Amino acid sequence: MNAQAPLLAVNNIEVIYNEVILVLKGLSLEVQAGQIVALLGANGAGKTTTLKAISGLLKPEDGKVTDGSIEFMGEPIHRLDAEEIVRRGIFQVMEGRRVFEHLSVEENLLAGAYTRRDRHAIPQDIERVYTYFPRLKELRRRRAGYLSGGEQQMLAIGRALMARPRLMLLDEPSLGLAPLLVKEIFDIIRRINAQEGTTVLLVEQNARLALRVADYGYIMENGRIVLEGTPEVLQDNPDVKEFYLGLTEVGKRKSYREVKHYKRRKRWLS
Amino acid sequence: MDRFLQLTITGLSNGMIYALVALGFVIIYKSSDVINFAQGDLLLFGAYLAFAFVAQFGLHWTLGVVLTLVAAVVAGVIIESIVLRPLIGEPVISMIMVTIGLSSVLRAIVNAIWGPRPQSFPAFIPTQDVYIGPAVVGADRLIAIGIALAFLVAFTLFFRFTREGIAMRAIADDQQAALSMGISIKRIFALAWGIAAAAAAVGGIILANIVGVSGDISVLGLRVFPVVILGGLDSIPGAIIGGAIIGLLEAYTGGYIGQGLNLIVPFVVLVLVLMVRPYGLFGKEIIERV
Repeated sequence: MNAQAPLLAVNNIEVIYNEVILVLKGLSLEVQAGQIVALLGANGAGKTTTLKAISGLLKPEDGKVTDGSIEFMGEPIHRLDAEEIVRRGIFQVMEGRRVFEHLSVEENLLAGAYTRRDRHAIPQDIERVYTYFPRLKELRRRRAGYLSGGEQQMLAIGRALMARPRLMLLDEPSLGLAPLLVKEIFDIIRRINAQEGTTVLLVEQNARLALRVADYGYIMENGRIVLEGTPEVLQDNPDVKEFYLGLTEVGKRKSYREVKHYKRRKRWLS
Repeated sequence: MDRFLQLTITGLSNGMIYALVALGFVIIYKSSDVINFAQGDLLLFGAYLAFAFVAQFGLHWTLGVVLTLVAAVVAGVIIESIVLRPLIGEPVISMIMVTIGLSSVLRAIVNAIWGPRPQSFPAFIPTQDVYIGPAVVGADRLIAIGIALAFLVAFTLFFRFTREGIAMRAIADDQQAALSMGISIKRIFALAWGIAAAAAAVGGIILANIVGVSGDISVLGLRVFPVVILGGLDSIPGAIIGGAIIGLLEAYTGGYIGQGLNLIVPFVVLVLVLMVRPYGLFGKEIIERV
């Protein structure tokens, strides 16, 4: 990649849960400032674990980075507490939205601003979130638990914006949402990236969608990165087409029977 | 009629003291799921601290009360960091058990410093009679209601509008998500204990003004149980209204039916309410989206 130092560099990390289960086995990736980077992979590949390793949320789950390093803006962060990592500018939007159900929409946004020191600028930022998500403004006094799934996802992203992060980690923002909503959310992610200059590391199962918005992509399997490249390169890769985009080489969908005993072996599995 | 008014004032003033102690229960339960069995002993401790500052050191009562509150907050934070923090991540039941131990230790400390004999508290709240229509009530009762209400309002505002208050409610909702906001769980737990101790101390001071200081006042901690269960373990308005209901019930049954029975009736009502509303009157409903 280019010579400029990356915003985030994950170097060869190993993550172990409960002292025995090895989830990440020497994973490395880089995120350049200002980009949207997609991290793709099947269930259980370790995508969420990677994000949690970066944001420091592994500790309460008995997970540990046992080897390698994570550097953010040139400084190692893999030994810091989650709160310190948030202060430094990394904010994770967790899978499944995780809004504070009994708090109002506005209180959720305030909770997102917890680490901010410039308290006077917060009302302005709440308005700014409402310009991205006008729907939230109408619902500002409503308890977050009663919002629809899409509204909750908007709230989760808006809440992250309140911390003014340099790097936003998004874990499956499309999970459980209607296709039209998913499109809307992804458009907003792109707008946030362009207008706020927020760098985004995006974990997605929906590879097609993620590659459409991303500047760069990584594909994970069994706790390692197996492929990386620009979206164009990844989309042209025959393995990616087959296993992640669901297309055969001639470009049509495969029938279920063929999928069941596929002929192609993943080339990266040696 | 005047008897009714008298009983109402007495019941409400007791009820507001219950509410203050219950508030401490609720704050700790809300943020950490721990039921604090030492809440009544925090009240005892607060009452004796005030006794020491005002009666033994001879400070003016305003200064004494302020110092008591500060000392209570500090004690709460210390208790959290020494006794409970090492247990974070352990099953909640071990944390609850440790509060039972804490209760004995606190009582023993109070006993060791101030002795077991009841002592009279330098009542700085005026006690002369006040006439409301035909009824005669003690001014201290009315003032107790006022002070307790003021503190309850202050705590409620704190939870609604301040950064730490919102953080506390966020932790109660989803601890891991709160962590991802950069909210420090340790700091908030310590704060919860500090506030709980302060609320109990205010209750202790008011109570000591009315009945004097003795080891018996920690029994109030037990009487507060029906209050929190009735109001809902995780509801602050529930603590206040539950306190009022239990206080009034005790006063009315004691006044109209007979002493002794007033200790039973609150529990009977509690059972009846729980049959209809298992989460308590104001307990957190489980939000289900369909």
